[in-house]
Amino acid sequence: MTKQVLRICGEHDNAPDALLEILHKAQEEHGFLTKDTLVEIARALNISRADIHGIVSFYDDFRREPTAGPCIKICRAEACQAVGGEDLTAHVKGSGVDTHDVYCLGNCALGPAVMIDDVLYGRVDAQKFDTLLKARS
Amino acid sequence: MGDTTTIYVPCDAAALSVGADDVAQAIEQEAKQRGVEIQIIRNGSRGMLWLEPLVEVVTPKGRMAYGPVAPHNVESLFDLGFLDGNDHILSHGLTEAIPYFASQERLTFARCGVIDPLSIEDYEDHGGLWGLRRATGMAPEEIVDVVTKSGLRGRGGAGFPTGIKWKTALEQNADQKYICANADEGDSGTFADRMLMEGDPFSLLEGMTIAGLATGATIGYIYIRSEYPQAVKTIRRAVEIWQNSYLFEDPDYTFDIHVRVGAGAYICGEETSMLESIEGKRGQIKVKPPIPAIEGLFGKPTIINNILTLASVPTIMNKGWVHYENYGQGRSRGTQPFQLGGDIKRGGLVEKAFGVTLKQLVEDFGGGTRSGKPVRTVQAGGPLGAYIPASEFDVEMDYEKLAEAGAMLGHGGLVVFNEDVNMAKQARFAMKFCEVESCGKCTPCRIGSVRGKETLDKIISGKDVEDNLVLLEDICELMTDGSLCAMGGLTPMPVRSAIKHFGSDFKG
Repeated sequence: MTKQVLRICGEHDNAPDALLEILHKAQEEHGFLTKDTLVEIARALNISRADIHGIVSFYDDFRREPTAGPCIKICRAEACQAVGGEDLTAHVKGSGVDTHDVYCLGNCALGPAVMIDDVLYGRVDAQKFDTLLKARS
Repeated sequence: MGDTTTIYVPCDAAALSVGADDVAQAIEQEAKQRGVEIQIIRNGSRGMLWLEPLVEVVTPKGRMAYGPVAPHNVESLFDLGFLDGNDHILSHGLTEAIPYFASQERLTFARCGVIDPLSIEDYEDHGGLWGLRRATGMAPEEIVDVVTKSGLRGRGGAGFPTGIKWKTALEQNADQKYICANADEGDSGTFADRMLMEGDPFSLLEGMTIAGLATGATIGYIYIRSEYPQAVKTIRRAVEIWQNSYLFEDPDYTFDIHVRVGAGAYICGEETSMLESIEGKRGQIKVKPPIPAIEGLFGKPTIINNILTLASVPTIMNKGWVHYENYGQGRSRGTQPFQLGGDIKRGGLVEKAFGVTLKQLVEDFGGGTRSGKPVRTVQAGGPLGAYIPASEFDVEMDYEKLAEAGAMLGHGGLVVFNEDVNMAKQARFAMKFCEVESCGKCTPCRIGSVRGKETLDKIISGKDVEDNLVLLEDICELMTDGSLCAMGGLTPMPVRSAIKHFGSDFKG
């Protein structure tokens, strides 16, 4: 992993202001951010481990632990609430898969909206969600 | 090949979310099987989202619309001759004659859904680049003057006059200035920035470049939220094309554009928080002054504008400020891209001059609810905006008229709720949203939101309702007056409007 992390940092000139880009890339390649990865990035960018911890814990996107299965983002915001988003959420959470609550996926005219591994779906009801999940597993 | 038919299938995220890729693939396969020559162009969305995936076929009469198309419709579309524009159960005639589209006033979104988003030739053929060409021949002061006179105000929500902001940055003496395009479009009910970035990205890049010429900035950043991967992909590609285009053959003239992707923090749409995030830090807001136009990114003068603001500039420069200023009313000049979402029959993007009524938008354009139930309320301007009751839908949509009505325009998002909505729960959600998304810097926002949510829980469960409503109002007052930014400062707006207009929902 060290080589990979150093390469990613190098691609961004080891610039501290590119930290979010670096974290995104490291997470994309490895699935989540390990403690070692963060230490290596901190060293390459010459920032403190406390700083990088503060940043990683501030942003919802960054994961410190691996997730089981696909990354499922479910929209909990008003436009999806207005078309049954909460019923869908109850169904999804009840089915025992790992999900992340997000507030708006920008698909507000075609809600309820769900994003699975960066692929956006609209007009999702319980049945459609189950079909989507089955197709991925 | 004279008999190749051109077909448009959108690659807008909303269209993709309901299967546009599958439709494009099905059309390609069907054409191959039948030995028919076709060319598929992946355009942006026209904004008629209830018709997505909306397939358009180029015919001698014009572009004919079919939608919403599912892969299983493709065979019958070919059978009935959609390549010649023939009728089908899914046909809507000429796209541009569809009343929803025809009665709009599209200035900012003039090209969105029309062109191939990544073809700079197509962009230029449809009026692109002319604004920049005019600006290149002008002094910075003249550009700022045109933008000021156009009456353009910040479309991100605050409505600050764009020309004044630009003038402030222009007047600063600095070795480096920046233009930051704010695409952290986090408000629920809004998707105009996303649609524009996916459908007409060059208009944003042209607007940023003009802003650079006007203020002396040579570096631009586009900050896009991570929930928009399709927009990120399109913008990255567009920036590459733009930077390599012939425009930049002049070695003395550079404007570098960088793309930064957010990481799931709503607060980063607040301008000082966004700057922190671009610098690779926690997205905590900063106290103003100094304002960013004087001391912004990396401590240098920085213009932060919304995507729609910047994308409106090329048209203003090309057609002149009078043309833009002619639209609108009062101190709200030009057009606003309204976004219809939630429980709405015909959801999508409607660009109209300021002054259109909420009723026209929700009923004439939107056609009422998708569920068929009566409309109870519309939340205007995102999660920090007011709930407007159906009895007040005659309100004219401009900055001042909405403020008079105790509401706000925000980024132009309109979320429709039917009669089933419980407004006490919506008020609770407003506080909860603030609790989740607060950056934690100031106490009224960080703690007020938690106490507000707890107080609403008590009200909902019927505990000391009268006393708790008094306490809630106290919390709202404190958050409004004491918060450092609009997050805590405006969270009370939906709460108070819900209590004011729907008091019966707060009886426990």
